[in-house]
Amino acid sequence: MPRALIITTAGINCDRELAASFVQAGAEARLVHLNELMADPGRIDGFDLIGLPGGFAHGDAVAAGRIAAQLIRRRLYPALVRALERGVPMIAPCNGFQIALQVGLLPGPVEGEAWPAQPPAPTAALATNTSARFIDRWVKIEIPARTRCIWTQDLTIDDQCGLLPIAHGEGRFIPRSDELLQRLEAAGQIAVRYAADDNPNGSVGDVAGICDSTGLIFGLMPHPERYTRWTQHPWWTRLDVGDRRGDPPGLAMFRNAVAHAARVAVA
Amino acid sequence: LADPVTEEASIGSATPRGDALIEVHPLPGVMDPDAEPVELAIRTMLGVDARARTGRRYDLHGVDTAAARVIAERTFANPVIHAIHETPYHPESFPAGTPREMRIVEVPILDLDDEGLAKLSRSAHLFLSLDEMKAIQAEYRRLGRNPRDIELETLAQTWSEHCVHKTLKATIRYREEIDAGAGRGAPRLAMRNRPGHEVHEVGFVTIHNLLKSTVAAATRELMDDGLDWCLSVFVDNAGVIAFDDEHAVCFKVETHNHPSAIEPYGGAATGIGGVIRDVIGTGLAARPIASTDVFCVALPDRWKRNEAEEKNGTTEGTEDTEIRNELEGAGSSAPDVSSAARDQEVSYAAPPDPPSVSSVLQKDLPVGCLHPQRILRQTVAGVRDYGNRMGIPTLNGAVWFDDDYIGNVLVYCGCVGVMPRAMIAGAARPGDRIIIVGGRTGRDGIHGATFSSAELTDTHADEFSHAVQIGNPVTEKKMLDAILEARDHEDGCLYSAITDCGAGGFSSSVGEMGAELGAEVHLERAPLKYEGLTPTEIWISEAQERMTLAVPEENISKLRVICRRHDVEMCELGHFGTDGRDLILRHDGTEVGRLPMQFLHEGLPETMREARWSPPALPGGGTHEGSGLRLSVGDALLGLLAHPNIASKRWIIRQYDHEVQGRSVLKPLVGGEGEGPGDAAVITPVRNSMRGLAIANGLATGLKDDPYVMTLAAIDECVRNLVCVGADPARIALLDNFSWPSCTEERALGGLVRAAEACYDGAKAYRTPFISGKDSLNNQFTTEDGRTIRIPPTLLISGFGIVPDIGRCTTMDAKAAGDLLLIVGLTGEAMGGSHYRLLYGGDGPPEPPDSSGRLPLVDLERAPAAARAVHRAIACGAARAAHDCSEGGLLVAAAEMAFAGGAGLKLDLAALPTDGEPSPTAECFAETPGRYLLEVRRNDLNEIDEALDGVAYAIIGEFDDSSTLDLANTDLELDIEEMKQAWLGTLDW
Repeated sequence: MPRALIITTAGINCDRELAASFVQAGAEARLVHLNELMADPGRIDGFDLIGLPGGFAHGDAVAAGRIAAQLIRRRLYPALVRALERGVPMIAPCNGFQIALQVGLLPGPVEGEAWPAQPPAPTAALATNTSARFIDRWVKIEIPARTRCIWTQDLTIDDQCGLLPIAHGEGRFIPRSDELLQRLEAAGQIAVRYAADDNPNGSVGDVAGICDSTGLIFGLMPHPERYTRWTQHPWWTRLDVGDRRGDPPGLAMFRNAVAHAARVAVA
Repeated sequence: LADPVTEEASIGSATPRGDALIEVHPLPGVMDPDAEPVELAIRTMLGVDARARTGRRYDLHGVDTAAARVIAERTFANPVIHAIHETPYHPESFPAGTPREMRIVEVPILDLDDEGLAKLSRSAHLFLSLDEMKAIQAEYRRLGRNPRDIELETLAQTWSEHCVHKTLKATIRYREEIDAGAGRGAPRLAMRNRPGHEVHEVGFVTIHNLLKSTVAAATRELMDDGLDWCLSVFVDNAGVIAFDDEHAVCFKVETHNHPSAIEPYGGAATGIGGVIRDVIGTGLAARPIASTDVFCVALPDRWKRNEAEEKNGTTEGTEDTEIRNELEGAGSSAPDVSSAARDQEVSYAAPPDPPSVSSVLQKDLPVGCLHPQRILRQTVAGVRDYGNRMGIPTLNGAVWFDDDYIGNVLVYCGCVGVMPRAMIAGAARPGDRIIIVGGRTGRDGIHGATFSSAELTDTHADEFSHAVQIGNPVTEKKMLDAILEARDHEDGCLYSAITDCGAGGFSSSVGEMGAELGAEVHLERAPLKYEGLTPTEIWISEAQERMTLAVPEENISKLRVICRRHDVEMCELGHFGTDGRDLILRHDGTEVGRLPMQFLHEGLPETMREARWSPPALPGGGTHEGSGLRLSVGDALLGLLAHPNIASKRWIIRQYDHEVQGRSVLKPLVGGEGEGPGDAAVITPVRNSMRGLAIANGLATGLKDDPYVMTLAAIDECVRNLVCVGADPARIALLDNFSWPSCTEERALGGLVRAAEACYDGAKAYRTPFISGKDSLNNQFTTEDGRTIRIPPTLLISGFGIVPDIGRCTTMDAKAAGDLLLIVGLTGEAMGGSHYRLLYGGDGPPEPPDSSGRLPLVDLERAPAAARAVHRAIACGAARAAHDCSEGGLLVAAAEMAFAGGAGLKLDLAALPTDGEPSPTAECFAETPGRYLLEVRRNDLNEIDEALDGVAYAIIGEFDDSSTLDLANTDLELDIEEMKQAWLGTLDW
C-alpha cells in the first residue's frame, strides 16, 4: 500500500482530513511534524506520496505561508526534490499551495531541465483576494483538456458536481509575467481553473491550481480533501440519488495519485 | 521576508506615498502574534537570535495628518491596545520590563468597619460584597493575621460572579404580582412541587440555589426518569453527552461581553480562544470540532457617527479605495496584509440603510461607547481570525439587534468537541506535578474575572484596559496539537487532569484542580513575557493560551518530548497535595501566600436576594389596522425580510471557514445558490460514520417583556431548528447562557427567576436536558451624565442533537415545483414581541385591550409533540424540505423556502390551523412558536399523514415554476428575486 507523508507544522489545520482522503483513496497516511523532518530530512525518502496541507502555518505571519516557506527552503528543499525526482506525487491545497509557490516547488523547472540545487526565487504569488476578505464558498471549476497534472486526469466535471470548496483570504494567483502564464498554459501546467463566471478572488487567467512540468506536484487554492463524500456537496439534498454515485471529484483526484504511486512502486 | 512577485522591502522607511502617514504598533506588553514567527524565521535562516516587533503602516491620500489620526483611532487602531505614530517609528530598543524587588504586601483588614471594608473592596478592584468582605475578615481574625494581597486577590477571583455564579446560586425570595386581566399573556408560575422551592403563599416563594433548583434540577429529574445519555453535566468545563458507543461529544458556550465592548476584535477573538480551551479542558481533553457565535448589538443606523466619523463619511468612497489600493497594489508599503487588517481598513464606510428602520431619528453615541457598526465588524473579524486559524469550523450563530445593547455588546462563543468515552473525566492525584503548557504569562488580562463581574462605565476603557487582550491562535493551536498527542500517547494519557487557565489565571485553575488536595506553587518558575511581574500578577494574570495539567512525575519527560516537537513551552509550577489541604504560594522560596482550600472553596457566604416581578402593562392593542397605517402585505413582507434580525448573515458566514476538518454535512447556507438560511448545521464528529451531530441556537429577545415566555420560545426555536435538519428530538441537549443587567435590582432578578423557571419547564416538557450553562450579569452601562442603559434580558439557548442517519438530513430550500407546502402547529392571535409590531407598531387605542398585543406562549404539550411528529416525517423521507417558522412569521419562512430553492409559491391560508381567531395580519406575521413548514410530494401525503398523526397540520400552498409568491384572497404577488434581494441587501457589508 502506498505511504503518504502529511507534513504538519504550527498552525497547519487541514492535515487530518488530507490524511483521511489519502486513506479513503487506498493509501496509508502518516502525519509528521516539520520540526522532525528538518531534523532528519531523510525520512521523506520512505514515502510514496506527499501532502502539504492547508491552514495558517505560523499564523501566516507577514503573509500566508511566508515563514513556513522560509524554513522549508532552508532545511527541506533537497529532500523534497529527491522525492519528486523519484516520481512521488505531491498535493498542496490552499496554505500548502501558498507555501509551495514560495519554496519554489511550483511551477518548477521547464520540461527536461533538472531542479536547481538551491531553491529558486518564486515566480508567481498568491495575493490578497480582490474582495480583501477571507471567503468560504464553493466555486465552479474546469479542468483544462490538455493538463499534464496526474491528479486531475479523467475527472467527471458537470454542472451538478463540478465544484470545489475554497476558504482563503490570499488566493489571487499572480504570475510574474504574461509570458509565464502563456508558457504554463502551453505546457499543460494549468491543472484546474475557476469557471470564468465564478472566479472568487481575482486570479489571473482564472487559475485555481497549477502543476509542475511532470504533472506530479499539484498546488491549488480549493480543497479537494473537503469533497470526498457526497454529503459534503453544498446542495447534496437537492441532488438525485443517481447523481450521487461514484467518487466525488475531490476523492477522484486522490485516487489518481494513489494509483500513480502504486504504478511507480511496481515499476 | 518579502515576496519578489508582489512586494518590495526596504531597510529603514519607505518613501511616503500619500498625503499623510500613520503607523500602528501594539503597545508594549500587548500580544504581537507576528513577532515570534519572524524571530523563528530569522533564527533558521541566519542562526541569529533576534527580537522582532511588527507594526502596520498606512499611507493615506486626501487627508491631512490630523484627519488621518482620527481615521486611525476610529478604524485601524484602538488606543486601548495600540500606539499610533504619525512618522515612521524606529525605536532604539524594545520596551522590556524591569526586575522588581519582591515585596509582600499585607492588607490591614482586621479592624476595618463596614464602610472601610466596602471601600477596600472597590479601591482594590475586588468587587466583593460587604457580606463577603466580612466573611474574609472573620477568617483572618480566626487565623490571627492580616491577609496578604495575593490572598485577597485569590479570594476575589475565586469568589467572583464570573467564577462561582453567586447570583444564580443564591437563595432568592421571589414575589410575583400578576393581575391576570392586565398581563400580556404572562402566566403566573406554578412553583409547587419543585425542588428547592419553598412556597409561602400564591406568588411568594423562596428558592434555594436557583440554578440547582431549576436548570440543573430538570436534568437530574430527566436522568432519574431513564434518560441515560448525559455523561457529565454542570461539573466540568463543558457538558458531555454520549454520541455513539465509543465517542462522547461536549458543548460549551461562553460570553465575552465586557472585553468586547472596549476592544471588540481582541475581545471576540479571546472569547472564542477561551471557549475552545474549555473544550480542550473537558475530561481528559476533547478535540474541538465546531464553533458557534452569537452577537447582540445596537442597530448601526440608529446611532450617529460622531463628528469625526461624519466628516470621514463624506469622503468615504475615495479613501476607502485609496487605502485598499495601497494595501493590495504591487509594491505596497504595508507588507503585512494578513486578514486581521483587511476589514479594519474599510470599517469606517457608512452603513447601508436597512430599508425598514432607517427613518428613525439618529441618536448621539454615549461617550465611552464604540459605534455598533465598528463593534460588529470587529467582533466578526475577531472570531474569524481566531477560529479560522485554529482550524475549527464556525458554523452556527445569530445576530440580534436592539438599541439597548449600545453600551454592552454581547458576544457569545461556543465550541463543540469529541472525545473517546473513556476520556470524559480526570482528577489530579496527590504528588502530581502542576504543569503549565502554552503561552507565557504577562501583565495582560489581569482582573478579567472581576472586571467581567462589574458594571461598565464611560471610564472603563481607561481603568480596565489591562483586562483586554489580543489572542495568539497559533500558540493555542500548537498547544492543542501537543495536548491531544499527550492524551493519545501509546503509554496511555500522560496526565491525570487538565483544565484551562481562564478567568483568574493560575489562581483559579490550580485552585480548582487542587480543591480537594491542596497545592504548592513556585511562582518564579512561570515563563514570563517580560520581567517585573509581582508574584500576585503572575498568580492572577489571565494571559491567553495556557492550560494547567496534573502530571504524574514519571510522565514528565515524555510530555516534554511532545512539547518540544510542537515548540510548546512547558513549566513545572509545583505539585498537588499539601498537608491540611492548604494552598501555598512561594516566590524564590519565600512563602508569599497561604490559604486553606476549604475556606477558598466553601467559605463564600450564601447570598440572599430579593426578586420581584410584575408584567409590564399591555400597550395599546391592535396593529396598523387599528392605527390607520396603510400597508400592503407585500410591503410588510419586504420590510420584514430586510430587517437586520431576519436578513441574510452571509456577510459574516462566508468570512468564517465553516468547512475545515472536512466534517460538514449541512452547511450554514443551503440551497442551489447557497443563499438559503439553514436551520442548523450538521457535521460528522466521527469521520466515515453515518451518524451526525446538528448544532443550532434559539434566541427570542423580542419577547423580553416576559423572560418566562421568551425563554420557552428560545428553547422551542432551538429544538425546531435541530429537528428541521434531521436531529432526533429525543437526543437533544441544551445550554443556557444568561446575559442580564444588574440583578441587585429586584425586577431584573425577578425576570432572571422567570427565565430559570422556564428552563425547568421547557427542559422537562421537551425532555431536552441542560448540560452546561453560564451567566454574565451586570451588563449595563452608566453614561457620563449618569444615565444607566440596561441590556434587554437575553438568554441564548444553544443546542446539539444526534442525527441518526445523515443520509436522511433535510434542508429548508424548496426542492421541486408541484410539491405541497404544509404547516405543522397552530397559529395564534398574539403578536406581542413580533418583528411585525417592532417595525410597523401596534400603538392602537389602549382600550379595549386587544389580545393581539399579548406575548405568544409555547404550548408545552403541543410543541414537543409537533417536534416528534416532524422528526418522524423527516426520518421516513416524506418531508423534502423543513423550515422552522420563527422571526417574521409564516410568510417570511415560506418566502425563504421559495427563494432558497428558486421556486414560485402559491399560498392559501384558508385551512390554516389556528388557536383563537388570529387576524389576517397575525396569520401572515404572528410569531407563534411550535410551528414548522414542510415540503411534501403529493404522492407522499399518506405517509405524511401517518407521521403527523396527532398534531395539527394543513396544506397551505404549492410550489411552482413561476417566479412569484402569491397569497390567495390578497393582492400579494411578489417577485421571488425581489424578496431575495431585500433579504440579502441589509447586511451586505
